[in-house]
Amino acid sequence: MTKVSMTVNGKAVSGEVEGRTLLSSFLREGLGLTGTHVGCDTSQCGACVVHVDGKPVKSCTVFAADVAGASVKTIEGMANADGSLSVIQQAFQDHHGLQCGFCTPGMVMSSAALLAENPKPTEAEVRHYLDGNICRCTGYHNIVKAVMAASGQDVSALAAE
Amino acid sequence: MPKDHGIGASTKRREDIRFLTGRGVYTDDMALHGQTFAVFVRSTVAHGRIKSINTAKAAGMPGVLAIFTGEDFKDVGGNPAGWLINSRDGTPMREPKRPVLAHGKVRHVGDAYAAVIAETYAQARDAAEQLAEDSVIEELPAIIDMKAAVADASNRVHDEIPDNLCFDWGWIEDNRAAVDAAMQAAPHKVTLELVNNRLVPNAMEPRASIGEYNPGTGDYKLTTTSQNPHLTRLLVAAFVLGIPENKLTVVAPDVGGGFGSKIYHYGEEALVLAAAKKLGRPVRWTAERSESFLTDAHGRDHVTKIELGCTKDGQILAIRTETLANVGAYLSNFSTATPTFLHGTLMAGPYKVPHVYVNVKTVFTNTAPVDAYRGAGRPEATFSLERVIDKMCRELNLDPFEVRRKNLLTPDQFPYTTPVGLVYDTGNYQATLDKAMAMADVSGFAKRAAESKARGKLRGMGLSTWIEACGIAPSHLVGILGSRVGLYDAATVRVNATGNISVMVGAHSHGQGHETVFPQIVAEKLGIPESSIEIVHGDTSKIPFGMGSYGSRSLAVCGTAMAKAVDKIIAKGKKIAAHMLEASEGDITFEDGKFQVAGTDKAKTFGEIAFSAYVPHNYPLETLEPGLEETAFYDPANFTYPAGAYICEVEVDEGTGKVDVVAFHCADDFGNVMNPLIVEGQVHGGVGQGIGQALCEFTAYDETGQLLTGSYMDYPMPRAEDVPFYNVDYSCQTPCTHNPLGVKGCGEAGAIGSPPAVVNAVIDALQRGGHTHVTHIDMPVSPSRVWSAING
Repeated sequence: MTKVSMTVNGKAVSGEVEGRTLLSSFLREGLGLTGTHVGCDTSQCGACVVHVDGKPVKSCTVFAADVAGASVKTIEGMANADGSLSVIQQAFQDHHGLQCGFCTPGMVMSSAALLAENPKPTEAEVRHYLDGNICRCTGYHNIVKAVMAASGQDVSALAAE
Repeated sequence: MPKDHGIGASTKRREDIRFLTGRGVYTDDMALHGQTFAVFVRSTVAHGRIKSINTAKAAGMPGVLAIFTGEDFKDVGGNPAGWLINSRDGTPMREPKRPVLAHGKVRHVGDAYAAVIAETYAQARDAAEQLAEDSVIEELPAIIDMKAAVADASNRVHDEIPDNLCFDWGWIEDNRAAVDAAMQAAPHKVTLELVNNRLVPNAMEPRASIGEYNPGTGDYKLTTTSQNPHLTRLLVAAFVLGIPENKLTVVAPDVGGGFGSKIYHYGEEALVLAAAKKLGRPVRWTAERSESFLTDAHGRDHVTKIELGCTKDGQILAIRTETLANVGAYLSNFSTATPTFLHGTLMAGPYKVPHVYVNVKTVFTNTAPVDAYRGAGRPEATFSLERVIDKMCRELNLDPFEVRRKNLLTPDQFPYTTPVGLVYDTGNYQATLDKAMAMADVSGFAKRAAESKARGKLRGMGLSTWIEACGIAPSHLVGILGSRVGLYDAATVRVNATGNISVMVGAHSHGQGHETVFPQIVAEKLGIPESSIEIVHGDTSKIPFGMGSYGSRSLAVCGTAMAKAVDKIIAKGKKIAAHMLEASEGDITFEDGKFQVAGTDKAKTFGEIAFSAYVPHNYPLETLEPGLEETAFYDPANFTYPAGAYICEVEVDEGTGKVDVVAFHCADDFGNVMNPLIVEGQVHGGVGQGIGQALCEFTAYDETGQLLTGSYMDYPMPRAEDVPFYNVDYSCQTPCTHNPLGVKGCGEAGAIGSPPAVVNAVIDALQRGGHTHVTHIDMPVSPSRVWSAING
C-alpha cells in the first residue's frame, strides 16, 4: 500500500492504495464518490469518465497512483457553487437526456469536455465525440440534443416538446 | 398551449437532479459495515460433468471466509418457471430444476458452480481463481444449434430430457386443419425463413446483490437490481430458500436499466442471502460486464419459417409459422411465456386475417438462458409478419403502403376478436399509417433517392405497421394460459396530516420516470401541486404487493391502481366534508382541490379535510375511521393494444455493404399520453434498441459453446454515431377502453416496430439498386452480410 494525494473537486484528498487500485475504485470506495460508475471491464462504456487536469479520462483504466498530484473532477463537482445545476447538467434535464441515470455521469463529463474543446459542435461532432459513451435507454436523441442546447444552439426543430 | 402541470404536461423529471449530480444510489454504491465480497466460480465449458471441487487450498487463502458449492444447495428449491405451457398433445412442458449453484453438471459457459466469500473483493477473486484450478470438470459435447439439439437424442442438456425439447406448442391447435386448408387454397403463397437474432440486454448497470441477515431477529434483507422486488421476494423466499416472506425484505434501489433482464430471480441473489446467514455479515456481489454477457437472460433467438397465403392483389388469407425458440440451458422465469403467449397471440398483427396458426418448439441448449427482452415475443411476431408481407408485395409487385391499408382492421371493427385469442378493444391503424406517411414525405422519396444516388448511395424506404399486447396482464386470462402468478398491481395513497402525499406503488422505475409521471396523475385528480406528492417504490417493506415493471405495464396497471386509490381518497374526503359542512354526502362535489356543497359557497380545501382526518375533533368517528390512506389493487380486464406505423429510410453503400439509417419516423397510438417528454424518450430508446438489433447486435456462440461476443469489444452496441434523430408522433390517440386513464403503454413500442422497418428499407434499397436477387437478409444487417448478399 502506498499513500496517494490528489485534488478532487477542488479539495485536497489522500488515501492508501495498492498498485492495482484503479482511479474509479479510489473515487468510489476510497472517497465515497459513487457518482462515477463502472459499467464494463474493457474501457468501452464510458460511465466512469472523469476529468484529470481538465481532460476526460476513463477512470477504470487509470491507476490511482498514476494520477498522484493531479486535479480530478467528478460528476459530484459539476454543479454550480450554489448547488444549482450547471449549464450542461440543466440541459440534460431540460431535454430528457437521461433515463436510468447510470451512464449519465460519464455522458455529462464527456459532454462538458467536448464543449470545452469545441463550444459549438455540430450534430455529427457530438455523436462522434460521444462514441466512447454507451447509453442503452435514450437512443442518444435527447443526449445529442441536450449537448447542442447547452452550447447555445437552437434545438427546437429537432422535436416538439 | 401545452399544459404546464398535471396530466399531459411535459413535466421535467425530478429524479434527474440526483442522477445528474452523482447522488443516485445504485446497489453497488452502498457500503455496509462489516461487508464481505462474493465472487462466483463459473464454468469455462458449455457442457460438463463436475467430477470434483477441492476447496482446501482456496479456503486457506488470505481473507477467505466461506466457500459454497452446489452441494450446499441441493436440498433447497429450484428457481421456477413462471408459466406452465402444454405441448400440442396435452403433455406439460419439461421443467428441469434450476439450482442456486450448478450441481452434477454445468450447462453453459458462465454457469456458476461455486462461490467464494472473502474480506475483500480482490481476496475473493484470487481464491475463486484457485478454486477453478482445483475443480475437475469433464467436458461433454456442447449442444448449441437448435435443429441439431432436437435431432440428436443421445446428447442431452438435461439428462432426463431425451430430445432437448421443452415443449411443442400449437396456437391454436384446433385451428390447424382450417389454416392448412386455407393455405392450400390460397391463390398465392409466400414463404420466408428467417432468424430473429439473439441479443444481450445490456442494461448499463451490471446486476448486483447484497444479502444481509440479522441473527437477533432472523430477518433477511436483499438489496438487488430488480424490476420487481415483490416478485423477487416471492421467488427467492417461497420457492428457493424456504424463508417466510415476512422475514425477507427486498429492496431495489436506483436501478440502471432493465429491459427485461432484471425481471428474473437469479441464483446470485439466493447465494448472498444464504452466505449472509452463515457469516452473520453482509455479503455483496456485483457482476463484471463479462459476467453480465455470460449470465444475464438473453433475448429473442428464434428460427422461423413463416408462410402467408393471399390473393393476387394482396389480401391476406392465412398465416402459418413454425418456430424453434432457444430457451438456453435453464428455464428463466418468463422464458416459456415469451415465445408462446407473448408471440403467437400477436401473429395476426393489426390485420384482418381469417386463419392463423403458430407452432413453437422450445429447445434447451448449452447457452445462457433466454427470456423476455424489451418487447418480448412481440418483436419476433412483428418481424416475421412485416417481413413476409414485404416479401409478398415484392413477389406480386404491389405497393407496400396500399397492401397494409387493404389489410388493416378498420375503426368500425372494434372490439375485434383475432384468430389467435386476443380481443383488440380499440384502434385506428389507418390514422397512424396516414400520419407516418405524411411525416416521412413518402411522395418525396424519389427525389431523395436521386440525391443519394448522386452521392453514390442506394436509398431505400421500409414500412412496418405494428401492434402489441401490453399492460400485462389480466390474471384470469393468463391463468388459463398457464401463468403461475397473478399480474395485477397495487398502490397505496397516504395523505399525510398536513395534506402532502406519499404514494407507495408496486411498479418499479428503472429509467421510466415514475417519480415524475405518477405525481402528475395524482395532482390532476386532487387539484394539488405535483411537488407535494412523493412516489415510494422498490422496497417490499414499504410498498403493497405489486408485480413491478415490465411489459409496458406500469401506467396501465399500477397507474390504474393508483388512480383507483385516489378515487377512494376522494370518496372518503366527501364523507368527512359532508360532516364538517353539515351537508349530505351526495351534495358534496370535489373539484380543483376543494370539497364543496353543490350550489353553495360552503367548501373545505383538500388540506383541511386531510387535517381533520388526522386531528378528528370535528369528525364522524362513530361511522368513519380516522386517517386518510387508501390502497387499491387493480387487475386489468384486458391487455392494452398500442399500435403504430414506422417508416425507415436507409442509405446503403454498395461498395462496403454499410447501412446508414438516415431517417426514422414513428406514428404511434398510445391512447392518452400523461407526459409527452417521457413518452418521446421511451420511443427513442426503443427505436435505438431496434436499430441496434437490425443493424449491429449479434450474440455468437461457437460450436463448442464459447460466447464469441462477450464484451463491448465484440458485441456491437449501438453508439451515438449509429443512429439518427428520430421523428416521433403520438397524436393519433384512441384511448384504451378498459382503464380509467385511457392509457396503453409506450415502453416497448420502439423495439417492436422498428427492426422490420429497417430491414424492409435495406431490401428496398438493394432492389431499387438492381440487386433483385436479394429478397431477405437476416439481422443484423451488417456490412459483411449486405456485401455478401449483393455479391452472392
